[in-house]
Amino acid sequence: MTDFHEHPTNDVHALSGAYAVNALDAAERERFERHLDDCAACRSEVAELSATAAAIAESVAVEPPAGLRASVLEGIDAVRPLPPLVASPPAEPRRGLLARIPKMQLALAAAFLGIAVAGLALASPWQDQRPDVVTASDVLEAHDATRRTESLPGGATVTVTLAPSLDKAVITTDDLDPAPDGKVYELWLQKPGGGLDPAGFLPDAKDATVLVDGQAAEATAVGVTVEPDGGSAKPTTEPFIWVELA
Amino acid sequence: MDHQPAADDQTSGLSAAGSVDIAHLLKRSARGDREAFADLYDATARRAYGLVLRVVRDPAQAEEVTQEVYLEVWRMAARFDPQRGSAVSWLLTIAHRKAVDRVRSAESATRRDLTYHQQNHEVEHDQTAETVQSSLDARRVRAALNSLTPVQREAIELAYFGGYTHTEVAALLDLPLGTAKTRIRDGLIRLRDTIGVEQ
Repeated sequence: MTDFHEHPTNDVHALSGAYAVNALDAAERERFERHLDDCAACRSEVAELSATAAAIAESVAVEPPAGLRASVLEGIDAVRPLPPLVASPPAEPRRGLLARIPKMQLALAAAFLGIAVAGLALASPWQDQRPDVVTASDVLEAHDATRRTESLPGGATVTVTLAPSLDKAVITTDDLDPAPDGKVYELWLQKPGGGLDPAGFLPDAKDATVLVDGQAAEATAVGVTVEPDGGSAKPTTEPFIWVELA
Repeated sequence: MDHQPAADDQTSGLSAAGSVDIAHLLKRSARGDREAFADLYDATARRAYGLVLRVVRDPAQAEEVTQEVYLEVWRMAARFDPQRGSAVSWLLTIAHRKAVDRVRSAESATRRDLTYHQQNHEVEHDQTAETVQSSLDARRVRAALNSLTPVQREAIELAYFGGYTHTEVAALLDLPLGTAKTRIRDGLIRLRDTIGVEQ
């Protein structure tokens, strides 16, 4: 079992090769990806070793079955390409609001002038939009909601509902023993790079429905860890709930 | 790092198979350009499917996983960071990761019992039964793999094609814990230098 406070002489750079061939377990991978954010030398090496691994793949190339191309091209119709990441520092809910104000002013001005502005339909509940206030019910009832359920030891179940159109997820627990005294269950959203962002808490109840903080459409997993009361900026324990979204 | 990135000339490395074009196709795909994405599929599917098939072994699952790969590529096209590597590496890393995730989750704990694999493991250098790749690049890669030390080659094959973690590789090869990752890294560096991969 790895813990998050590794022995100081454990050389994280040495994981670059294993990382390039996906030979790390989940905890190591997450740790190494955090390291990559801070280490240009490793980023450069990983880029080269990944290219090397990709070259190895050339030796096993095989013509795919004829039907695959059609099913792929059909499949992408149901998948929305994610937008590029914006470079500015996170203050996400507020940035979302600020980014929308000029658009709303424009829409109001246009409406006042009687010009139809397509795509800014403020009143339509079915438009693909990111409202400022999304409730858990909105997510659970969204037209594109998908669910993943996990059973936990002891009979509890947890379901994560993802609504890409709302960019939100909801976690629902059933019969889950609450966190012990002095501890809290903290939620995490895993970003595409592998890092975990704090995403809220589960309440002190066996059955709960909680809106997960943060933009879920781009997240690759939702996790829950046991943390001291008040929560932590980064997980201090291994997740005991882990639901992949990607 | 002493390694100099390979120069632009095509003779020093594997044919890039229009890797620059693939980055462009990705960019267009990110905007929802289905035609560009179809071209991207045509340019990469043999490698992606072949790699997935080699890892998951079952053709039906390989087809499923490869479809998931391309849906993910379509979804994440805008998130490709050219500073982190080439577009082809990015795509094949996604393919490889999904294939590895599939074998690791599909096999129950008993099937991934390492004693089972230790008894049944055969190092497969040549996939002659399944895919005989006579392309120049494929032969060069196989020659490069053969130039590694046996431990390096086995470690890379177990990790890359077998989908094992480096700790599992260490157990399979009776290596001290923690040394497999070094073998893998050393082997990849040597391959990189032999093949002349540009990033």
